[in-house]
Amino acid sequence: MFDFLSGYDLLGAFWVTVQLTLLAAVGSLVWGTLLAAMRVGPVPLMRGFGTAYVNIVRNVPLTVIILFTSLGLNQTLNIKLGAENFDTINFRLAVLGLIAYTSAFVCEAIRSGINTVPVGQAEAARALGLSFTQVLTLVVLPQAFRSVVGPLTNVLIALTKNTTVAAAIGVAEAALLMKKMIENEAELLLISAVFAFGFVVLTLPTGLILGWVGKKVAVKR
Amino acid sequence: MKLRKVTAASAVVLALAVSATACGSNDKDPGSSGGGKKIAIGIKFDQPGLGQKTPQGYSGFDVDVAKYVAKKLGYNEDQIEWKESKSADRETMLQRGDVQFIAATYSITPEREKKVDFAGPYLLAHQDVLLRADDDSIKSPADLNNKKLCSVTGSTSAQNVKDKLAPKANLQQYPTYSACLTGLQNKAIDALTTDDSILAGYASQAQFKGKFKLGGFKMTNENYGIGVKKGSDLKAKINKALEDMVADGSWDKAVKANFGPANYQNEPAPKIGDIKS
Amino acid sequence: MSSSVLYDAQGPRAKRRNVVYTVVFVLALAALLWWVYRSLSDKGQLDWEKWKPFFSGSEAWTTYILPGLKNTLIAAAVSMLIALPLGAVFGIARLSDHVWVRVPAAVVVEFFRAIPVLILMIFGNALFSQYTSVSSDDRPLYAVVTGLVLYNASVLAEIVRAGILALPKGQTEAAQAIGLRKTQTMTSILLPQAVTAMLPAIVSQLVVIVKDTALGGAILTFPELLAAVSPMSSYYGANTIASFTIVALIFVVLNFSLTSFASWLERRLRRGKKSTGAVLAPAAVGGPGSAGPAA
Repeated sequence: MFDFLSGYDLLGAFWVTVQLTLLAAVGSLVWGTLLAAMRVGPVPLMRGFGTAYVNIVRNVPLTVIILFTSLGLNQTLNIKLGAENFDTINFRLAVLGLIAYTSAFVCEAIRSGINTVPVGQAEAARALGLSFTQVLTLVVLPQAFRSVVGPLTNVLIALTKNTTVAAAIGVAEAALLMKKMIENEAELLLISAVFAFGFVVLTLPTGLILGWVGKKVAVKR
Repeated sequence: MKLRKVTAASAVVLALAVSATACGSNDKDPGSSGGGKKIAIGIKFDQPGLGQKTPQGYSGFDVDVAKYVAKKLGYNEDQIEWKESKSADRETMLQRGDVQFIAATYSITPEREKKVDFAGPYLLAHQDVLLRADDDSIKSPADLNNKKLCSVTGSTSAQNVKDKLAPKANLQQYPTYSACLTGLQNKAIDALTTDDSILAGYASQAQFKGKFKLGGFKMTNENYGIGVKKGSDLKAKINKALEDMVADGSWDKAVKANFGPANYQNEPAPKIGDIKS
Repeated sequence: MSSSVLYDAQGPRAKRRNVVYTVVFVLALAALLWWVYRSLSDKGQLDWEKWKPFFSGSEAWTTYILPGLKNTLIAAAVSMLIALPLGAVFGIARLSDHVWVRVPAAVVVEFFRAIPVLILMIFGNALFSQYTSVSSDDRPLYAVVTGLVLYNASVLAEIVRAGILALPKGQTEAAQAIGLRKTQTMTSILLPQAVTAMLPAIVSQLVVIVKDTALGGAILTFPELLAAVSPMSSYYGANTIASFTIVALIFVVLNFSLTSFASWLERRLRRGKKSTGAVLAPAAVGGPGSAGPAA
C-alpha cells in the first residue's frame, strides 16, 4: 500500500524540516529577546527601531522575506553565509529568513510576558540599585520567560509549519517533496495523509510537552 | 452604545469586502463562461520574445504563431482567450480541456507524447547558456563544471547539464528566469541555461543591450510543437495552418519581428513532423 | 519621562550613557544601510530605469500589480467569509455538552491547526485538478481558498470558543435562571456578546489570511500580488529587487492598516465595556498562528 514511498527520501525531507525548525527557533529566541529588550529599554532610538522592525516584519508575508533572502541578499548583495554550494546557501538563507520573521513574534510574546511580571518586582530590584540590564536579565526576564512558555510554544509550532515556505527557494524539505511526489505519483490522498501525519507528529508532541513544561515552571501568584 | 457603533463599523468593513468580492467575480464572468465563439490558448506570460504579458497585450513568437493558427481555425484576435500555462501545468491543462492548444516553448518529447499530441514542430531551438558579455571563461559545456549555473525549478535543461555535460556545476533553481538574470548581472550566477530562443529574448531586451551573450553550444535539439489534447482533430488543422504560415512568409516575418533584435541565428523553418532528436 | 518601571529616572550620567548608546547604534545602523545602499547602487539595482515603471505612468500598476492585488483581496475576503461561520460552528461544537459532538469537533480543529497551510493548499490544488471539473482559471483560487478556510476556520473556532469562555459565568447562569434553553442561551445571550469581544482577534486573523495568500502565488499558480512580480520583472528587464520591494511595501501598508484597525477596535471596546466583560486582544488567543506567526 505504501510502495509509492519507495524512491523518495521522506525521512530526509522531514529531517531538513526539523533542522530548519530547531536552528531558526534558537536564532529567533536570541534575536527576539534582544528586540524585546530594545522595545522596553531606556534608549528612545532603539525603542523606535524595535517597534518599526516588529511592525514591518509582522506585516510582510514570510514568502516575500524568504524570496528576498535569496534574490536580495544572495543574488544581489553576494552574501553567501560561508558556503559555496547553492543547496547549503539556500538552507542557511532560509534559516536566516525564518529567524528574521519569527523573532518579531517572539519579541511580542516576551514583551507580553514582561507585562505579567508584577510592578513590585522591578521596583524592588531598582530599589536595590540594579541597573536596567540587571533588572531585566536578573529579575524580570527569568520570570517573564516562565509565563510565556505557552505563547512561545505556539510560535514554535507555527515556525515548524512555516518551514514549508522554504520550498519557495528550493530547500529540499517536506513541502517540496510532497509537491514533487504529487506530480509523479497517483496516490494523492495517501501522499497528503503521509505528510499531514508527519506534521502532526512534529507539532502535537511539541504542544503537549511544552504545555506540561509551561504549567510546571509557571510562577504561582 | 459604543459597542453598537463599533459593531456597525465592522459590519461596514465586512460589507465592503463582500461587495469587492462580488465585483471581482462579476468582472470575470463574461470571460470564463465563454458564451459565443472563443478559443482558449495557453502561452507563457514571462518570456520576452516568445510569450510575454505587456501593458499593450501579449507579444512574442509563440503568440504570433498562436494568432496565425487561431486565424486559420476561424478565430479573430479578439476571440482569443490567452491563458498562462506554466511548464509544469501544460499536460494537465490540455488533458482537462482548459485550453484548446498550447504554444508555450513546448518541446516535443516521447514522454510528453504519451500524454498529449503535438502539431508541428514550428521552431527548432537548442539548449544553450547565457553568459555575461565580458566573461570569456566558458567556451564549452565542460567549462560549466564548478561554475554557478541557474535554471528554473524542475526544468529539463538544468538536469541535462548536471547529468551529462558538467556534473560538477553548482546549480541554483528559481521559479522564474528573470530571477536568474538578477544574479547573472550581479555575478552571483555565471550562466543561465535553457533554450537559446528564450535566452535570445532576454538578451535582446533594451535594458540588457550588450550585457549578455549566448554561448552558442547547441547542447540539445528542442522541437517546439503545438500541444493539443490526445486524439484531437485539431492536430491536422494546426499542421496545415503551420505549413501555410511558412509558405506565405508570415513565419519569416514573425521570426524577424521577435528574434531580429537579438541577433539570434534561428534554424530554418522545420518540416511538419520532422522531429530532430 | 521615565514611565517605565524597568529603569530609574535618568540622571546626568545615565543620560550621557544613553547618548553614547544612541550614537553607537545610529552609526552601526547607518553603516549597514550605507553598505546596502552602496552594494545596490554598484549593482545598478537603484538605477532609475529599474524603478521608473512604478513611478512614471500607470502601466505597471494596471497591467500587473492591481490585478494581482485584486486577486489577493478576493481570496482573503472569500476565505474569511467561509471560514467565519464554519469556525463559529466548530467553536460552539467544542463547547457542547455532548461528548459525541465535542470530541470530533476538537479532533478536526486540532488536526487542521497542526498542518501547514501550504500542505493544505497543495492538497487542494491536486484534489480539484484530479477529481473535479473546476477550470484551470479558478482552480488556484479554489485551492488557495480551501487551504485558507480549513486552517483559519480551525483558528477562528478557537477564537470563538475563547470568546464565549471569556464571558462572565453570570451571563449563562442568569439565562438559565429565566428558563432559556441551551440553544437560546447561546444564540441570544452568549454569541452576540462574544462576537463583539472577538472582533479585534478576527480582524487580526485577516492579516494572517492576507499574508498566506502569497503562498498560492509562490508555489501554486494563483495570480495574486506576489505572483505578479514574475511577468512584471521579465518585462521591465529583470528589475526583481525593485518589483519585490514595491510588492512588499503594498503588503505592509495593507496589513498595517488592518492591524491598526484591530488595535483601534480593541481600545474602543475596552473603553466601551460597561456590562459584559472580556475583550479578546488580537494576540490573546492561543493556537499556532492565530493572529500570530502563520506564514
